[in-house]
Amino acid sequence: MNVLIYLVPLALLLGLSGLVGFMWTLKNGQYDDLEGAALRILPDDDIAP
Amino acid sequence: MAETLDLSQFIELSESGAAHMTFAVDGVGCAGCIRKIESGLTKLPGVIDARLNFTQRRLAVDWRDNEIGAADIIQALEQIGYQAHPFAPERVEADDSHQARWLLKCLAVAGFAAMNVMLLSISVWSGNVSDMTAVTRDLFHWLSALIALPAAAYAGQPFFQSAWRALRTRQLNMDVPITVGVTLALGLSLYETATHAVHAYFDSALMLLFFLLCGRYLDLAMRRKTKLFAGNLASFKAEFAHRLNANGELTRLPVSALSPGDRILVRPGELIPADGVVLSGSSAIDESLMTGETTARTVTPGTTVYAGSINGSGALTVKVVVAGTGTLVDEVERLLDKAIEAKSRIVRLADRAARLYAPVVHTAAALTCIGWLIAGASPHFAIVTAIAVLIITCPCAIALAIPAVQVVAAGQLFRSGVILNSGDAIERIAETDVIVFDKTGTLTLPDPAVDDSAIDPDLLEQAARLALSSHHPLAAALARRAAKRIPYPAAVEEPGRGVRALIDGVEARLGSAAFCGLSEAEPHAGDHDASRIAFSYGGRSAVIPIRQSLRPDAIAVTQALSARGFDLMILSGDRPEAVRPIAERLGVTQWLAALTPAEKIAVIELLKSQGRRVLMVGDGLNDAPALAAAHASLSPITAAHLTQAHADALFLGDRLAPVLRAVIVSRKARSLMRQNLALAVVYNALAVPIAVAGLITPLIAAVAMSGSSILVTLNALRARFGGPGESIMPSKSGDDAVVATAGTAEPLVASPAAQPSFAGHHNAELVS
Repeated sequence: MNVLIYLVPLALLLGLSGLVGFMWTLKNGQYDDLEGAALRILPDDDIAP
Repeated sequence: MAETLDLSQFIELSESGAAHMTFAVDGVGCAGCIRKIESGLTKLPGVIDARLNFTQRRLAVDWRDNEIGAADIIQALEQIGYQAHPFAPERVEADDSHQARWLLKCLAVAGFAAMNVMLLSISVWSGNVSDMTAVTRDLFHWLSALIALPAAAYAGQPFFQSAWRALRTRQLNMDVPITVGVTLALGLSLYETATHAVHAYFDSALMLLFFLLCGRYLDLAMRRKTKLFAGNLASFKAEFAHRLNANGELTRLPVSALSPGDRILVRPGELIPADGVVLSGSSAIDESLMTGETTARTVTPGTTVYAGSINGSGALTVKVVVAGTGTLVDEVERLLDKAIEAKSRIVRLADRAARLYAPVVHTAAALTCIGWLIAGASPHFAIVTAIAVLIITCPCAIALAIPAVQVVAAGQLFRSGVILNSGDAIERIAETDVIVFDKTGTLTLPDPAVDDSAIDPDLLEQAARLALSSHHPLAAALARRAAKRIPYPAAVEEPGRGVRALIDGVEARLGSAAFCGLSEAEPHAGDHDASRIAFSYGGRSAVIPIRQSLRPDAIAVTQALSARGFDLMILSGDRPEAVRPIAERLGVTQWLAALTPAEKIAVIELLKSQGRRVLMVGDGLNDAPALAAAHASLSPITAAHLTQAHADALFLGDRLAPVLRAVIVSRKARSLMRQNLALAVVYNALAVPIAVAGLITPLIAAVAMSGSSILVTLNALRARFGGPGESIMPSKSGDDAVVATAGTAEPLVASPAAQPSFAGHHNAELVS
């Protein structure tokens, strides 16, 4: 069962990185305009023809 | 026109000369709009950044103040094709968005912790039935504690704080048993872990927090969405005033920037922006929004005027006085305070459930503990079982049961044009059995319309196009009928008389009968509710009646409502002669006219004392106290500001159908809420005996808790179904241009022979 010594912290670290990521997106204002974000990818006139 | 625009109160200036301002933008509907607006603005010299929030329809612009001004930005947007309105977020809204962010953070922490603790718990559960050593189990329990304790301390704050607030005022709310349950579950688990026990309940406590936070967040999100929308509408409607500065210059500024003592100019056809005293000029003003009275009041220097009235034919100079000093406004405010106080005694369904729930749960847990002790079990077993009862009964399902239904129902209402002001409005609307309507602006359309039954269409079109050049409020009604929206060139408006222009070389005149060379037209019998505007062109002439017209579907909606068993009543501040024809056409037998705000309340109180629950639908300032006094209330979006603030819900558009829809959706939602509560009770009835018997394991607790939560959420989603099809209104068939007007050839709704149960006029007995 010695494998647990690094597997459990690794699992927790993965979860924690997800949480930190979420907090970052929240602080970054990425949930302020959900509908707009969906539409902003549509126009493609930033690509040179 | 030499007039400057002053928006300084909306602009945030930084020391470096950079300015920031938020606009509410009208007409944004697609992906293209975002690019058009943002690139159109950033192209302007001086604009640093422009960012459109599509969800909120709001535009944030940063610019260098010495290069460009807010007025230029509004103008630039207008050229691209969008109406931008200066927007100042209210404090409540900022608080809400802060709160939403905080809840989301708590939710994330609870979700993270619940997942990871569950990962460890499942290992323990499977280990317990196979070959896990005691040391590994203890390690896993300690790891769970390490995650769960700080996470619960953070994510549980919304509940702990609310429970503490309630306890300090010696009250119980839903958050008290939640706090007790979570704290005990964590404490017990810690003790069990320290004593090397087989079971710990960290996962249950965290899952409980996670589900409860979901409910809390949904509840807040619903209220925020409607508030955002209402905030935008308010700024679309925000009025501007023309202030006369000491040096005689005119400044155009938002009404909210006016201060007492300012002198303002009100042109013909404009809304009077603030309470005040007329300094110079004379005019007839339309106060229907305040009193429901449809005849204009004549004002001369020295007369007091109220915000919200529409100025008629003459320009006025008004000195602004402190809002609320007018007798009418004073009276309305005083009545409002009383009515709101009375209303705060209505207890929400969720709170009623919570009030019943907390003592029952705590008693059950205490009895379990005592029972096991008497039966001779060890104190440890008795306490563990009692805590298990507390955990299993934690009101997870109940706390989700009501917000989930509210969110779904609010979404349904939103789609049919009803915006809720308060979350519990749905419950209260569903409980009503009498609907009281105001007349002016509620049953009738807020703006008067042309009665074209007897007028040659060509002549009407010419009159309507000529009306485009006039500022008179009656002309505005006529101008809306113009098919070609181009004013005649060189039209001249003679203030107080009318407009004239040359059409194909022949003079056309629109205005008073004398101005058009006609003899003063005699009002037709029974036609005293119409205003008239005269038109002459060459040898032809017409007198065009303009009157308050019923909302296009008013008759169908009132019939549908009475078919559903509602008693209908009209309470109006207008004259009896104006109310009677409307009541007769709608088939409403109970009506009262010429009521003051206090008398409207008196009628509602009388109904209340008979055990009736009143839904008040009204728009005027004089309706505001009645709206607050009624069990539930609805206002059209055109209502006075104060009135909107006190309505439980607002409805959009020219139709009355949203009232019917609100009632149908609310009733359905309430029955779902009850079902959900019943489901929660059934769950408890099944789970509590198992817990009391001491058979509960963490696995059963986890399954029961999530199972019941998912069940009530799925049941709540049923509010989505049985949608608009259930509505019996021909809501799609309507043609908005066809406006049923009082007194046209349309057959009258047969008025039942029964006498009105309330007197037709004032009833002193009622009011005293």
